[in-house]
Amino acid sequence: MAQLISEQEVAHVARLARLALSAEELELYTTQLASVLGHAGDIEALDIADVAPTAHPFPLSNVFREDELRPCLDRQEVLAQAPLVESDRFRIPRILSEAQ
Amino acid sequence: MSGPTDGAARDAGRGADWEMVIGLEVHCELRTATKLFCGCPNSFGDEPNVNVCPVCLGLPGSLPVLNKQAVEFALRIGAALHSLAQSSIFHRKNYFYPDMPKDFQISQYDVPINAGGWLELPSGKRIGIVRAHIEEDTGKTTHVGGGGRIHDAGYSLVDYNRAGVPLVEIVSEPDISSAEEAREYVEELRAILVATGASDGKMEEGSLRVDCNVSVKPLGSEELGTRCEIKNMNSLRSLGRAIAYEAARQAEVLSAGGRVTQETRHWDEAEGRTHSMRSKEEAFDYRYFPEPDLVTLAPSKEWVESVKANLGTMPAQLRRRVADAAGVPASSEAVSTVVRLGLEGLVGAAVDAKADAGLALRRLANEVAGELGDGGGHNLGREAFAHLVLMEQRGELTSAQARSVLKIMVAEGGQPEEVASRLGFKALGAGALEAVVEEVVAANPREWERYAGGDDKLTGFFIGKIKAATGGNADLKAASELLRSRRGAS
Amino acid sequence: MSSPAGASPTGQGPVPAASLSGSCAMSASDIAAGVRSGELSALGVLEEHLSQVERWEPEVHAFNLVTADAARARAREVDAMVAKGKDPGPLAGVPVALKDLLCTRGVPTTCSSRILAGWRPPYDATVVKKVAEAGAVAVGKANMDEFAMGSSTEHSATGPTRNPHDLKRVPGGSSGGSAAAVAAGFSALALGSDTGGSIRQPAALCGVVGVKPTYGLVSRYGLVAFASSLDQIGPFGRSVADAALALDVISGHDELDSTSLPGDPPRAASRLGRGVEGLRVGVIAELAGAEGISPDVAAALDGAAQSLAASGAKVEEISVPSVRFGLSAYYMIAPAEASSNLARYDGVRYGFRSPGQDITEMYMATRSVGFGAEVKRRIMLGTYALSAGYYDAYYGKAQKVRTLIIRDFDSAYSSFDVLLAPTSPTVAFELGAKTADPLAMYLSDVCTIPSNLAGHPAMSVPFGKGECGLPIGVQVLAPALGEPVMFQVAEALEAAAPLGTGDPHGEEAK
Repeated sequence: MAQLISEQEVAHVARLARLALSAEELELYTTQLASVLGHAGDIEALDIADVAPTAHPFPLSNVFREDELRPCLDRQEVLAQAPLVESDRFRIPRILSEAQ
Repeated sequence: MSGPTDGAARDAGRGADWEMVIGLEVHCELRTATKLFCGCPNSFGDEPNVNVCPVCLGLPGSLPVLNKQAVEFALRIGAALHSLAQSSIFHRKNYFYPDMPKDFQISQYDVPINAGGWLELPSGKRIGIVRAHIEEDTGKTTHVGGGGRIHDAGYSLVDYNRAGVPLVEIVSEPDISSAEEAREYVEELRAILVATGASDGKMEEGSLRVDCNVSVKPLGSEELGTRCEIKNMNSLRSLGRAIAYEAARQAEVLSAGGRVTQETRHWDEAEGRTHSMRSKEEAFDYRYFPEPDLVTLAPSKEWVESVKANLGTMPAQLRRRVADAAGVPASSEAVSTVVRLGLEGLVGAAVDAKADAGLALRRLANEVAGELGDGGGHNLGREAFAHLVLMEQRGELTSAQARSVLKIMVAEGGQPEEVASRLGFKALGAGALEAVVEEVVAANPREWERYAGGDDKLTGFFIGKIKAATGGNADLKAASELLRSRRGAS
Repeated sequence: MSSPAGASPTGQGPVPAASLSGSCAMSASDIAAGVRSGELSALGVLEEHLSQVERWEPEVHAFNLVTADAARARAREVDAMVAKGKDPGPLAGVPVALKDLLCTRGVPTTCSSRILAGWRPPYDATVVKKVAEAGAVAVGKANMDEFAMGSSTEHSATGPTRNPHDLKRVPGGSSGGSAAAVAAGFSALALGSDTGGSIRQPAALCGVVGVKPTYGLVSRYGLVAFASSLDQIGPFGRSVADAALALDVISGHDELDSTSLPGDPPRAASRLGRGVEGLRVGVIAELAGAEGISPDVAAALDGAAQSLAASGAKVEEISVPSVRFGLSAYYMIAPAEASSNLARYDGVRYGFRSPGQDITEMYMATRSVGFGAEVKRRIMLGTYALSAGYYDAYYGKAQKVRTLIIRDFDSAYSSFDVLLAPTSPTVAFELGAKTADPLAMYLSDVCTIPSNLAGHPAMSVPFGKGECGLPIGVQVLAPALGEPVMFQVAEALEAAAPLGTGDPHGEEAK
């Protein structure tokens, strides 16, 4: 794996993460991310193909809740937090592309 | 790219040169009382944004806790589809969309709760199941301005009542080879989901939503073509139309030497065509990773066994039972119609009353199904229906009379004798009919001689006379049998 | 206690803000005992703390919000309970600072980010409820690095917190406001969160005790997530016993957190007062000798090990080889989870929105203006680590390193009861010293990260002073649910610490 990340890749990642970067930011972040990824080179070099990954520190399983109703939030309290509301819904600018 | 617009091009997809390869992804909302990860009501049609809490609104700091009943339903669906229930985990599927409060969806990815399986169509064909996994639903976005169409809208409004409702997504193998078969698959799956109690099966309320992967390949070719995913089909009818359209579109592209682009396409019901949904953006990269706020879901063997043991009778089993009782193949259309409409109990009633189950099946599949259309209830009592079949069988009512009586019983209920007499149908017993036949023969000796000598063209003549003599109350089938047996005896 | 008036962020000399008197110098357990017995009034205790806040908060900036009125109302309730003969609980009248990523119903919770400006959560975090039910009085929302990403509390939308021991220096981070509040006598206790050292490192730099409990011991419900598989809430106190008291209040199973451990939690205070005779203590060679450990920190660690040996513990050096890879693994896993956890800040439902012609423009404008540079950096790093083509090389591999670290710790704990390591490689550094070099900042966490990756408990205890008379912390690590023995050893270190350690009055190092 390459130790450096290109400006194109940083731009792609910023787009995926919905972050707009100026040209200077793009350059700065590319340098900084490359430096962190360079440090991560030590684990890239490890040969641990047969080691199982750990997603949770402790292997808990089967934690459930019963299918029982709990109180909902008050709609006015919820909507009062929103930047823009119309007809008891969250109002957003138009959507140009579909989700999936 | 413009799609085919005329009938000739549309036929290309069904033509001799191409065959369709179809896989379906069906999202089924589970009939739990509460949402998948919180205690808000799982309820359709409420005022916007009333069924919300920190968890399903994705508020900072909130955490999901899995609804046990949703897992129970998922296991039932898996059992009904002959899937393997396995230890599974949840993943996050990351993408930005305003109907997703966390801007990721909690779903299952490479280790779903139900793996593999199959579904048997009424025709007897088995469609492979890849997986049936648990995931959360999204909220609902309403587009304002531009006639409600997403791209033309001025702005949109979001309601999160549906966000976090439990879903099971059932992914089929690409084993389906026509639009009609796709419809059959969805109908069968819907019947199974309803039979498990996991779903109300209401496509019109979005309880069941179908996405579809379509590709075409040269007839007989082993190699799969490039597929397109079609979304936004809100009924079985639009599913069929969308598949036919899309297959034809792809066949036209390929026939013209072009290439099909793998993409998601949107079905436009009004225009009757699919549109590319691809924007100018980069391809989607969902960055799946294990959901760190949830733990492993590993249903115990006991749980899985108990789900299997308590699973009700599934439609395919019902069809086999009905078919066996009526002495017809399980793949017959009458059987699947009767089971689809939930009328199998009436066939059972006929069997219990020692009535002709085959006749009962035909009356249900034709007259009753015709009255019911695509749904709706009936008022037929079990015993009343069985008795009506017996009356017809014994010749106490003609077929035509029995059908008339049945239609009234479907709508209003009641006993067959009472309905028949209200309609003025005389109960014409076997003895009475015999007497009429003798009268008619005696009155037409020359014609009888020719009929007895083997001239079958005179059957109609005698039947007409018998009909006239009885004022239409005779069972004409029984009458022609009487004529035949009299000829044999003479 | 007199303090030089007019000390400013650029002021020199002694460390006025850390000079404590009255109830501001008392332990939490003494305050609670006094309030429960009626000898002290909760309101009186609170007013003394609020005076300290009023005097020094403009210099220290430990808080994003001081909730003085609500605190007074709460203190009166506590006093009323006592007057009626009811027991307000083990934290009766104890002023507590809450890191500003703990949800507080109706009270702004900002995570020191512009993007959450004005947000008032409609619910309380489980720990917030628990400390309130134990009789504590919340004095305010403590400053932090934005979304807990940082090691200096400089990455805050409200400006940096300053170290009460030296106002030119950072308090550490990300829970720098919580650590500074306790060190400055603004509160007797504080709650913070620790994802890679965010409680222990500021505790060390501010000369207080800070605890990262076993993952799952304390409910995360209502803790605004940074990296869900690593985050854990924990207490700050001016003594080991106070930290144990606070931890015992907030620990325990919570049905609202699926990762919360089942069963009764171990009592942190259960082995206090027993000494360390016969305990086996391992000094982690890879961390004691890590690159960048300054000589004063190394000397303090040596001193700590020797003092335990002198008290009868068996102390040896032990190798935990894979901890060397902890930093790299952490800087893949934590940003990856963060990139997903922070996606929800999109301007639709709450918080800040910057307008846009369409939804994507709005998202990008909102997030670009709403998030600070460090948060954006980590979101991009995490997005990259998860993206197609890199998952296996980065995130996948980091999760395997996590397995190795757990294995190595398990092996070490088969021979040792606890392990020792430095907390921070250096004493508090000056503001601005590392802001331009993210990697240098990340290296501050090298000794604290392994416990988060393993899910194990660890705590920092002040032990002596280093360069410029600044506090040094020594880290005690224990196996999962090993809090009792961890506190037992920490208590011995506290007792054996060189003269001046527990005296935050700014005297030069001995």
